[in-house]
Amino acid sequence: MANPSAVCNGHLHHHHHQKQNNLLKSGISKKNGITKGMTKNGVSNGTLYKKTFIEHFEQAPMYVAVFTFVGFAVGTIFGYLRDFMRAWGLEKRNIAAEREQQKDFVPLYQDFENFYTRNLYLRIRDNWNRPICSVPGPQFDLMERVTDDYNWTFRFTGRTIKNVINMGSYNYLGFAETDVNALKTVTIELEKYGTGVCSTRQEMGTLDKHVELEKLVAKFLGVEDAMVFGMGFATNSMNIPALVGKGCLILSDELNHTSLVLGARLSGATIRIFKHNNMQSLETLLRDAIVYGQPRTHRAWRKIVILVEGIYSMEGSIVRLPEIVSLKNKYKAYLYLDEAHSIGAVGATGRGVVEYFGMSPDDVDVLMGTFTKSFGAAGGYIAGRKDLVDFLRTHSHSAVYATSMCPTIAEQIIRAMKCLMGLDGTAQGLQRVRQLEKNTRYFRRKLHEMGFIIYGNDDSPVVPLLLYMPGKIAAFARRMLEKNIGVVVVGFPATPITESRARFCVSAAHTREMLDTVLNALDELGDFLHLKYSRYSKSSHPELYEESRLELED
Amino acid sequence: MDVKRSTPSYLYWLFCQFELITCSYLMEPWEKVLFYSFNLAMAGLLLYTAYVCVAFHLSSAFQLLWSFLGSPWENALSVVK
Repeated sequence: MANPSAVCNGHLHHHHHQKQNNLLKSGISKKNGITKGMTKNGVSNGTLYKKTFIEHFEQAPMYVAVFTFVGFAVGTIFGYLRDFMRAWGLEKRNIAAEREQQKDFVPLYQDFENFYTRNLYLRIRDNWNRPICSVPGPQFDLMERVTDDYNWTFRFTGRTIKNVINMGSYNYLGFAETDVNALKTVTIELEKYGTGVCSTRQEMGTLDKHVELEKLVAKFLGVEDAMVFGMGFATNSMNIPALVGKGCLILSDELNHTSLVLGARLSGATIRIFKHNNMQSLETLLRDAIVYGQPRTHRAWRKIVILVEGIYSMEGSIVRLPEIVSLKNKYKAYLYLDEAHSIGAVGATGRGVVEYFGMSPDDVDVLMGTFTKSFGAAGGYIAGRKDLVDFLRTHSHSAVYATSMCPTIAEQIIRAMKCLMGLDGTAQGLQRVRQLEKNTRYFRRKLHEMGFIIYGNDDSPVVPLLLYMPGKIAAFARRMLEKNIGVVVVGFPATPITESRARFCVSAAHTREMLDTVLNALDELGDFLHLKYSRYSKSSHPELYEESRLELED
Repeated sequence: MDVKRSTPSYLYWLFCQFELITCSYLMEPWEKVLFYSFNLAMAGLLLYTAYVCVAFHLSSAFQLLWSFLGSPWENALSVVK
């Protein structure tokens, strides 16, 4: 697809030419003898997307939902039984309880979610928080852990499980590595600066490394200026309150991450939720906001901000950026794009969803992202126009009060970004992006062919595989570990109660053999656990079935 | 696992599915004993109900049927004779 010699400063220029060709091709059409000329607002939906946007959200057959509820019902009944036994002293109580002197007080913790934690989550708790003892590369080492009393307590046997294939770490470009040559500059900076900064940005915590990193991030994204923070979660939760306040309106996607939700709530603005990736819902909300204004006074909103993510990590879906940008321009709202999972992972040169859709970074008002996922470091950034970043430097809680980023981590991001942009003289960065793209497509295609239900866009490296039943969550995770593959399984409350899933994160560091091992294990396990619910897959006997794969276009 | 399974392993697979669906895979042994005995007791009660009621129900249904067909049946037989 890309001609390597056309790479200039890390940007590919053919996108702009492609955009013009598309617009010219479909702009003119004859209807009743009247030529539909190309007006500024008259661009139809078909020209907004330069490549096909295929997303899958298949629903499982009805009996699956019935069985899931049966499982939860049995679990709940036994939960009540165990709670009864614990309350009446027939069974030893292991959870925290109030002291004798406080027995008559109102209990400190009580609601359904605590019931759920005590009785359902605890039975399968051994599949989470597994400690690892090596770098989270494509393979890692796990500490072996056993429980004697059904997951109330754990003890380590002292042995390690070596070379477990890692399908859970957000290591999209494979920069979490221990190769000495790769980390040469990081080691030098470590010896020069040490590890601690011991101050906030506004006092004595701004080092030359931060300035260098911010300039590089701005160059990478193609914006005027950027600012980096020590923690990705804090970037969202501390900066949104600085940008919006009372009297502003936030339109947030249904499935936004907790950091965005927390930041929105902290700001004190009015929050309205639109259905996930649903542009009709967003447009209705925008129209209502402009027509009716604020709730009681009907004054105009001070600011309208749309909060979306580049790739949603639980669904694997990509935001419909062209439509959102056209909506925001029409209704004069601002756009805050959280590219935590998409920076480095999508786009022809790894510059995120803005590049993936062939748009310019000027279309998005606030570009936010994290370095935790694709760069093998920690921290977050906010980028955009210079006046925005200058405002945040003085008004953001994170900038004023939080300790700044460690210089060694900053150097790791600098070397990863330089590698990605090609500034270190090799084509390794582009190679990694291509490898990730290939791995993603291969993995998703194979899973579809096998008959699993997979959510999300065909180009997203986050692959959620639906498990549905609570019993299968535990069985899946445990059996995959027995086959030496580490997976992340998610259930309620991170997902809807009937849609628990296993989430795979494909990495550029995975070789074809590793992916094949995982796919074979999944095939076997899918047959044993009966997970292949998809009605649209190609079967293993193609001569018997004629149906082709159903592709749901937007 | 290949499609052609022998009957005992197929039955074991069905039992595993039952365990996964009803979350008895996650239960402690004494809970499993409680759950399975309750299930077997319910299934036994159902079979007993079927044994007692269905036979009687079917015979009363056939009686009703004979009472409808009885009179014309005898007339037809007498004509043939």
